[in-house]
Amino acid sequence: MAVLAETRRVTKRFGTFTAVDAVDLAVASGEVVGLLGSNGAGKTTLIRLLLGLLRPAGGDALLFGALPSMSTRRRVGYVPQTLGLYDDMTVLENWSFTAAAFGSARPVLPESIRDSKDELVGRLPLGLQRRVAFALAFSHEPELLVLDEPTSGVGPLSRARLWQDIRESTEHGTGVLVTTHNMEEAEQCDRLVVMVDGRVAADGAVADVIGSATVVQVTCDDWRKAFAALEEEGLIVQVQSDALRVPGSPGQVEEILARHSLPATVATVPANLEEAFVSVVTKGTHR
Amino acid sequence: MTWGLELASVRFGTRTALDRVTLVAAPATVSIVVGGDGAGKSTLLRALVGLVGLSSGASRRPPKSEIGYIPATAGLYVDLTVEENLAFSGGAYDVTGQEYAHRSSELLERIGLADARDRLGGQLSGGMQRKLAVAMALLHRPALLVLDEPTTGVDPVSRSELWRLISAAAATGTAVLATTTYVSEAHRASTVTLLDQGRSIATGAPSEIVGAVPGKLGVVRSAAQPRGPSWRRGTTWRLWSPSGVLPEGTEPVRPDFEDAVIIACLADERGG
Repeated sequence: MAVLAETRRVTKRFGTFTAVDAVDLAVASGEVVGLLGSNGAGKTTLIRLLLGLLRPAGGDALLFGALPSMSTRRRVGYVPQTLGLYDDMTVLENWSFTAAAFGSARPVLPESIRDSKDELVGRLPLGLQRRVAFALAFSHEPELLVLDEPTSGVGPLSRARLWQDIRESTEHGTGVLVTTHNMEEAEQCDRLVVMVDGRVAADGAVADVIGSATVVQVTCDDWRKAFAALEEEGLIVQVQSDALRVPGSPGQVEEILARHSLPATVATVPANLEEAFVSVVTKGTHR
Repeated sequence: MTWGLELASVRFGTRTALDRVTLVAAPATVSIVVGGDGAGKSTLLRALVGLVGLSSGASRRPPKSEIGYIPATAGLYVDLTVEENLAFSGGAYDVTGQEYAHRSSELLERIGLADARDRLGGQLSGGMQRKLAVAMALLHRPALLVLDEPTTGVDPVSRSELWRLISAAAATGTAVLATTTYVSEAHRASTVTLLDQGRSIATGAPSEIVGAVPGKLGVVRSAAQPRGPSWRRGTTWRLWSPSGVLPEGTEPVRPDFEDAVIIACLADERGG
């Protein structure tokens, strides 16, 4: 698979603050790469370096094997979280404007948004606005798509349909870079890159990022007492519908519950992606 | 006492924003409403706390002084310091003197802002702002805590900290009702309501919603979309057969909660 976008030990500083610190990232044709990280971890700066909107202090950022430029950026489709649509223009006007800006002649609106072509974008429900933004980003047949929180705010079914559009594009060879805080979305990606404090703290498929991470799962009759007892001892407890989940050792959890005379079933279970992510971020913080 | 809505409808002119929704928020539990933008989540919460009148049906809620409510867009004053925000909330709910000093210190410690009392609300990160807003809504130990999308746009680490704060409130007996657009967050609730176009299209414990999936679900590993109700999960397709008959070559799979939610939406779309 051809590498479409690549950073090699790319670094960016703002004054004395190192926002991106020697990061290697590659997005190949036909794959979906998810970029995860807390706010301020450096995700947006990394994307701006890739698009040539910022100059690196060290290392390289390459688009299609060359330094980012107007001509390489033309081969990229970008959907920002705010969508970048003109609310007071119709769907068709937005479409024509984008086609003109990219110099592409594609008069036919995709079927998914054709019924709304004469509606003002600002009056459409958010799910449909997102489909319009996607259609626009796809309209010049970009080889690389960069999507920032692509399904933020949309319902479950609209989200599934937007991912259908994304996957359809990868089957035609497009490479996709997605930033997201949403774990369902992260699980749709072929590969994840987790950034902590400007560095890559973990990468690989979802299963690689979760790795062998586990949590202790507690089920008991009175979750309230168990929650209070474990929190009092300084453990970080998360409530899942009918159980408590705690990072740490089962022995310690059992000992605390026994001391409070709370009968419970304690088991070690695989962590989910969110739990693994929180663990990576907590361990990886070095600033 | 259990709070909630019973066959509650809200109409704005000719538009029905909420359509005969029944929902329970019981003490010491977390209930979550899942839906996209425009599904009616905010209207539902506003109807429950009494900020919008019902066209029909009933709302059971404690007196205003026992409700904590955070709207989706605000919940704190950006021009006030952390301490001033809490003190304002204390004044509004009549939590003063020793009680205020004790409670505000406890909450600030819990949300990690004990050393940031003098910072302006507007200088806090998005996640911190949400935590402060939840702390403000919890100051008076409300019987009912109502949170409109408390974690939207919040990163996963702050999100898990927020949920700890919310769970701690439920552990002390508060009835919590929160909305979200993230299906993965619904697992944190004992009861989930799936809202679409103002209607409740599925409700129950997450395991009950999964258990109620009609028909059969299969995995299809092909590039082309299979015939019938189907959607993408990573590189594969999920194919749902309402009648329970999957085409040959389809690998049957047990639905998880995410599948169950999508099937509920598809079933509703077909029915509607």
